[in-house]
Amino acid sequence: MKFSVTVTLKKDVLDPQGKVVQTTLKNLGFEELKSVRQGKFFEVEVNELDQRKAEIKIKEMCEKLLVNLIIEDYKINKI
Amino acid sequence: MKSSVIIFPGSNCDRDIAVALEKMQFKNQMIWHKETTLPKSDLIVIPGGFSYGDYLRSGAIAGKSSIINEVIKAANSGCLILGICNGFQILTETGLLKGTLLRNKNLKFINKDVYIKVMNTASRFTSKYQDNQILKINIAHNEGNYFTDKKHQEELKKENLIAFKYCDESGNISQNSNPNGALDNIAGIFNLKKNILGMMPHPERMVDKFISNDDGVNLFSSLIN
Repeated sequence: MKFSVTVTLKKDVLDPQGKVVQTTLKNLGFEELKSVRQGKFFEVEVNELDQRKAEIKIKEMCEKLLVNLIIEDYKINKI
Repeated sequence: MKSSVIIFPGSNCDRDIAVALEKMQFKNQMIWHKETTLPKSDLIVIPGGFSYGDYLRSGAIAGKSSIINEVIKAANSGCLILGICNGFQILTETGLLKGTLLRNKNLKFINKDVYIKVMNTASRFTSKYQDNQILKINIAHNEGNYFTDKKHQEELKKENLIAFKYCDESGNISQNSNPNGALDNIAGIFNLKKNILGMMPHPERMVDKFISNDDGVNLFSSLIN
């Protein structure tokens, strides 16, 4: 079973990389652009057929290693 | 006094700290990260560098390595732990120190000598310094922008756990003297028991007047007493 994990910086944490990307997109003429936040994306595959159990494992992986909970939020989706 | 320096793949300040410790009369041992036991040590140093190529987050992988469990055990039983630069990042990833080190605000790797102020001399790491003493110490990092939550920020102030703050040559602490955007100009912090110090500046690079200066010497002489 395969899942995607999206990790983003929390709302109140400064994202200087996102800011630079945002400014560059603006410079390219994307006037309608409102904001950009940069994050990380993981594809995680587990040997587990029960989706609920698999999600619990992925959550544990997020909290133990993939995510720094002080500054980051995450979302898990089945793919 | 016995010290151990932990080496990870990608550590690059391990020999500098070993030279500094030996100069200050520590009996030092180098410990490869795959070891599962630590020799009896009064001080454990986690040196600077780019452990595991800074993969995932700086310090994240090293923070879960097998030797780190031993470091955590030693820390909890009161052993002195010093984390410099990447070592500080690793200590935050283990949870031994709270908060985290974000990317420098200007997105640039900064390598220069900066001024820091000694904020608390009542610790095993800083007792040989004067209160509010200004030190000139080298920094060399890409992720040195210290950040923590409001609750911990209050605890840092209330319990006097800020060891060093970035300042200018005359000791003014302001945004102008903040090289990396660190919260409250924080350059180094203690844990609650003050047996752990994490700092971004490199005191081990400041132990010889002929190479740089000797502003880092008193950190090591504080420890030896």
